[in-house]
Amino acid sequence: MSTRYTEDHEWITVDGDVATVGITNYAQEQLGDVVFVELPEVGRKVSKGDEAAVVESVKAASEVYAPLDGEVVGANDVLADEPGKVNEDPEGAAWFVKIKMSDTGQLDGLMDEAAYKAHLEGL
Amino acid sequence: MTDASLLSTPLTDLHRELGARLVPFAGYEMPVQYPQGIIAEHSHTREKAGLFDVSHMGQAWLVGPDFETTAAALERITPSAIAALKPGRQRYTVLLNETGGIVDDLMVSRPDGAENDGRLFLVVNASRKAVDYEMIAKSLPENVKLEPVEDRALIALQGPMAADVLKAHAPDAADMAFMAVRSMEFDGIAVHVSRSGYTGEDGYELSVPAGAAEAIARALLADERVAPIGLGARDSLRLEAGLCLYGHDIDETTSPVEGAITFVLQKRRKEAGDFPGAERILKELEDGPSRVRVGFTLEGRAPAREGAEIRNSEGRTVGVVTSGGFAPTLGAPIAMGYVETSCADVGTRLTLVVRGRELPATVAEMPFVPQRYYRKPSA
Repeated sequence: MSTRYTEDHEWITVDGDVATVGITNYAQEQLGDVVFVELPEVGRKVSKGDEAAVVESVKAASEVYAPLDGEVVGANDVLADEPGKVNEDPEGAAWFVKIKMSDTGQLDGLMDEAAYKAHLEGL
Repeated sequence: MTDASLLSTPLTDLHRELGARLVPFAGYEMPVQYPQGIIAEHSHTREKAGLFDVSHMGQAWLVGPDFETTAAALERITPSAIAALKPGRQRYTVLLNETGGIVDDLMVSRPDGAENDGRLFLVVNASRKAVDYEMIAKSLPENVKLEPVEDRALIALQGPMAADVLKAHAPDAADMAFMAVRSMEFDGIAVHVSRSGYTGEDGYELSVPAGAAEAIARALLADERVAPIGLGARDSLRLEAGLCLYGHDIDETTSPVEGAITFVLQKRRKEAGDFPGAERILKELEDGPSRVRVGFTLEGRAPAREGAEIRNSEGRTVGVVTSGGFAPTLGAPIAMGYVETSCADVGTRLTLVVRGRELPATVAEMPFVPQRYYRKPSA
């Protein structure tokens, strides 16, 4: 399945019932230099819209919201030591969390790449 | 996108051309960063030279019949010995309200030259212009007038290479002492230069005719050692230098003693007690204030921001963070804030509460990064 996106500039890729979540290149550009990322503990249950992570840039802190209901089954510990990876490779190596989805039907509510591009153009 | 309600500076078009991200700040559309990014801009300023547009700040003349009269007028609302200011010198001071709170912090300079007798030049915070000008105008005697300057831009050039860069355009700036002011020509354009800034580095601020600002900025940026620097790095640079940001680290409720800027109080003024709020301020000097501004270094990487609660080892709230962020030079988070005086000693271990978690922090000496202001070689 292709990459999905939220209006809050997160990307989601899916492997089985596990969703990998990160922030988009647009989001990292808006944030500027990322200096700290706070990730949730593995095992935490999250609901769509919950604060799942916090990204601190030089200027300010921004929340990253869970795009789906589920359980956190992975957090990218690399970001703790190298938060700058979020600027370098936001849509690749700098993924944030893996969530085991409790309702894969929620994926239908997310944007595909074309819809996200249109969303960015409207900003 | 342009917000029509925001003011621009003579350099706004240049910022846009340079790819700046423009944000609203104190009613102006100002560059928060350029494509280089805040950390790179910060480091560039510490290593080479950074050019900052600070034209949003308020520039004004205070004009009286002679120096003594004008200085005495300004002394009525500040605790500094303005009358002791020598020609060609600048001083950092504060405007005080009746309870000794800080209405604004500002630079005041006494220009050299007989034609400038009775004239003091003020540079105030953008966000406080209206408040300051009203307060100053109200306090003045009949024969002293405040003349806000609306037709000049203000450009800061900061960093260890600033002096060498500026020398090529304005040779007279090279041998100026720290906190000196001098009028001179920049490539034939009449400018007022002060050797000061807000980064902790050597550097200058140039008050220039609005119409010449872009040409001057372009001439400086043509030097490969100079990069344009936005407000984001300006903030991280001043935080590392331990310098206060008005409205955050000092405000109308904080006194100069609480704000740990007692150097604005000079001996003659303290002895005379002839400034607004003198009763409170002299008492705080005598007995110590109940709270005081201190710096913090934090363990870990998570920064603590303005508003974060400060707790002591027993978990009791003892203060609040007023500025905080990531210090690019140190590669670690730092902060400043107010704590009860009993917790203010350097080395005191406290916690800063961020998103419900207590981050270990230690009261630290400020500046966090050594200031490198220009010292004249002794003759």
